Amino acid sequence: MDWLTTVDHKKIGILYLGAGLVFFLIAGLEAVFVRLQLMYPMNNVLSAQQFNEMITMHGTTMLFLAALPILYGFFNFIVPLQIGARDVAFPFLNSLGFWTFVFGGILLNLGFFTGSLPDAGWTAYPPLSTMYSPGEGMDLYSIGLQLSGIGTLLGGINFIVTIVNMRAPGMTMMRMPLFTWTCFVMSILIVFAFSAFAVGLLMLTFDRIFGGNFFNPTTGGNVILWQHIFWIFGHPEVYILILPAFGILSEVIPTFSRKRLFGYTSMVFATAIIGFLGFMVWAHHMFTVGMGAVANTLFSIATMLIAVPTGIKIFNWIFTMWKGQITFNTANLFATGFIPSFTMGGVTGVMLAIAAADYQFQDSYFVVAHFHYVIVGGTVHGIFAAFFYWFPKMFGRKLNETLGKIMFWLFLIGFHMTFFVQHWLGLIGMPRRVYTYLDGQPGWNEMNFVSSVGALLMSVAVILLLINVIITMRKPADAEGDAWGDGRTLEWAIASPPPEYNFKQVPLVRGLDPWWLEKRAGRKEMTPAEPVGPIHMPNGSILPLIMSIGLFIAGLGIMYSQTIVAVLGFGVLIVCMVIRSLVDDPGYHIDPEELDSKGVKA
Amino acid sequence: MSHAHAEGNSIESLERRTLEGRNKILGFWIFLGAEVVIFGTLFAAHIGLRSEVNFGPSGSELFSLPIVAIMTALLLTSSMTSVMAIQAMHRHDAKGVAVWLAVTVLLALGFLALEIYEFTHYVHEYGFDIQMSPFSTTFYVLVGCHGLHVAIGIIWISLLIGQLFKKGLTVVTAPKIYVASLYWHFIDVVWVFIFTVVYLMGKVG
Repeated sequence: MDWLTTVDHKKIGILYLGAGLVFFLIAGLEAVFVRLQLMYPMNNVLSAQQFNEMITMHGTTMLFLAALPILYGFFNFIVPLQIGARDVAFPFLNSLGFWTFVFGGILLNLGFFTGSLPDAGWTAYPPLSTMYSPGEGMDLYSIGLQLSGIGTLLGGINFIVTIVNMRAPGMTMMRMPLFTWTCFVMSILIVFAFSAFAVGLLMLTFDRIFGGNFFNPTTGGNVILWQHIFWIFGHPEVYILILPAFGILSEVIPTFSRKRLFGYTSMVFATAIIGFLGFMVWAHHMFTVGMGAVANTLFSIATMLIAVPTGIKIFNWIFTMWKGQITFNTANLFATGFIPSFTMGGVTGVMLAIAAADYQFQDSYFVVAHFHYVIVGGTVHGIFAAFFYWFPKMFGRKLNETLGKIMFWLFLIGFHMTFFVQHWLGLIGMPRRVYTYLDGQPGWNEMNFVSSVGALLMSVAVILLLINVIITMRKPADAEGDAWGDGRTLEWAIASPPPEYNFKQVPLVRGLDPWWLEKRAGRKEMTPAEPVGPIHMPNGSILPLIMSIGLFIAGLGIMYSQTIVAVLGFGVLIVCMVIRSLVDDPGYHIDPEELDSKGVKA
Repeated sequence: MSHAHAEGNSIESLERRTLEGRNKILGFWIFLGAEVVIFGTLFAAHIGLRSEVNFGPSGSELFSLPIVAIMTALLLTSSMTSVMAIQAMHRHDAKGVAVWLAVTVLLALGFLALEIYEFTHYVHEYGFDIQMSPFSTTFYVLVGCHGLHVAIGIIWISLLIGQLFKKGLTVVTAPKIYVASLYWHFIDVVWVFIFTVVYLMGKVG
């Protein structure tokens, strides 16, 4: 019950992580089905319709319900600790954001029970997603993503305000850890990108359910409009996913190289520039729709520009490792494995940015290989690195290193097996999103088989991770506050797992890598910036859960055109908002005497 | 945190006196940034599709500027009265805040009533419903989205008036009122753009 009402950022972080992991497993399973279908020519593991549903659900679930929430989990848990705050700016909103995301995710996956899943690809291009997708699947897509998008937007606003307003004394912007910086830039991208997508989804809902004409070409509507709106969200979305991974690397690599991050300032500026340019390049997804040579050239050049700040980051990580005392544990292996894998995805990205060549690459497996190299080789590697790195901070136990290293090698080899051959498959003409292919085409059978075997290897790696978590959670929680012994940032200065109020006294930050500085000065804990006093904490609340259920009911009502149900759902939401508005939550205080006893327990 | 320090600082206005208040205001500004994108996207869709009338009426046949002018006047005045409420708040005049907010709500109700009349008029007189053409769809979604914002604002500000009577003007209610007035100004600015882009350009083009 405590977990349903919690407004503690650490518990919500763990909830995000858990829910994200569940969706990650579902989406991974869908990918395995896709690869099993493509393992042999003219295979019939899945029908054409089921194949379409699987690729759509795989892409949508991975991006919106797995990768992003897992990153949100880390942000929620770690960022307030890194900036020396006791909580996020809006604890209630934080909980609301989590629950709307969960119910949006459930709505999206409801098709598994009703029998009609989204089937128009994660990009949902009309008219494929409107008149050629008659089932209710795409309604689940538009309304489910709308709900989970609200949650994401609330989370983004929350992070920005937390980082701007709640930093500990001395924690200037240019002393913030890179992970917090990427959280900040990512949140800005979320605020501006997800709101555009919300409108796109609204339009899609109107077209599908209320007979609107936005994307209906027979009445003069414009299908290209959707592509613009989708990609003006969709391209920043990939930076939303990769920037946090950059931040994770910038924490893990310095810690395990026992050196400060090389070129901190350039890293910050590279992050900001990537965030800015991320909004300037959306039309490179549309080179072949006929925008004209001038537009193609501009977007082509803008896209190539992004390689510059990204290259700065790659070199900075390598220079951080240079002459460092490197420990290759699982977290650092994943971080190091990220560098070559992601760079390969970046190189094919520049290839795809050449508009003229894109006419050849487009809609082939070359594109599939490219974006899996940046998302799996980048974001997923980053997530695994973060998982091993922060697990002791979150749960007080270190994950098993032997199992972790086996998992790393299985995953790395499986990943390259799966996607490396897809470059060639694409170049010799295999199109995306075909559910099968004919026998006897030179190379197709062999490469598809290799690719599928690689996918199975990755699955084994993920199962090993689950076993690792189960084994580790059965051990006593004995990790020290500074679990790796080389922690640099504030989260390592407090107990693992941290007490609910985080910091007994808000720490005074004297520079970049504050905890490392204090350790170098011979101190055992941070210098406090305030005397010990009572700490104000917010009360938990069940309202966010009820409000999300209300939105869920309203979504179902809109989907099935049941006005009463929709009104009922919104009614639940409004009543909860009125209660929230009229009843003040004074919160409670933890007294200084309690702090010591709780500190020992934690 | 810097809570105690800031509360002792009497120069800071009521709504910014606590960290919670400052968080609320900054968070709301960022939310307004998201709203700008939401309306910007809707405007883009409208500008792109407004000439696609699909044999139905166009804007120049449809719109009657006098009623829209009255709506504009109501909404602009309500923005001014919400400023009066904030000024009363800075004078710590709880009654003045309640009165000016009530006037704001009344003006907004007038606006909303006219908008509902306008929409039903279009549907009944011209058969101009949301399924008519891309122009009608973007018109109803864009202007309707603004109208929905007005309706939410009416409920919100009414609740705030209730809170004022229950709790008075405190460091808890003041940021809420301030944020609501920010919201109200934003609604107003959006209407200025709707008036220009949808109605005036629709009438001329």
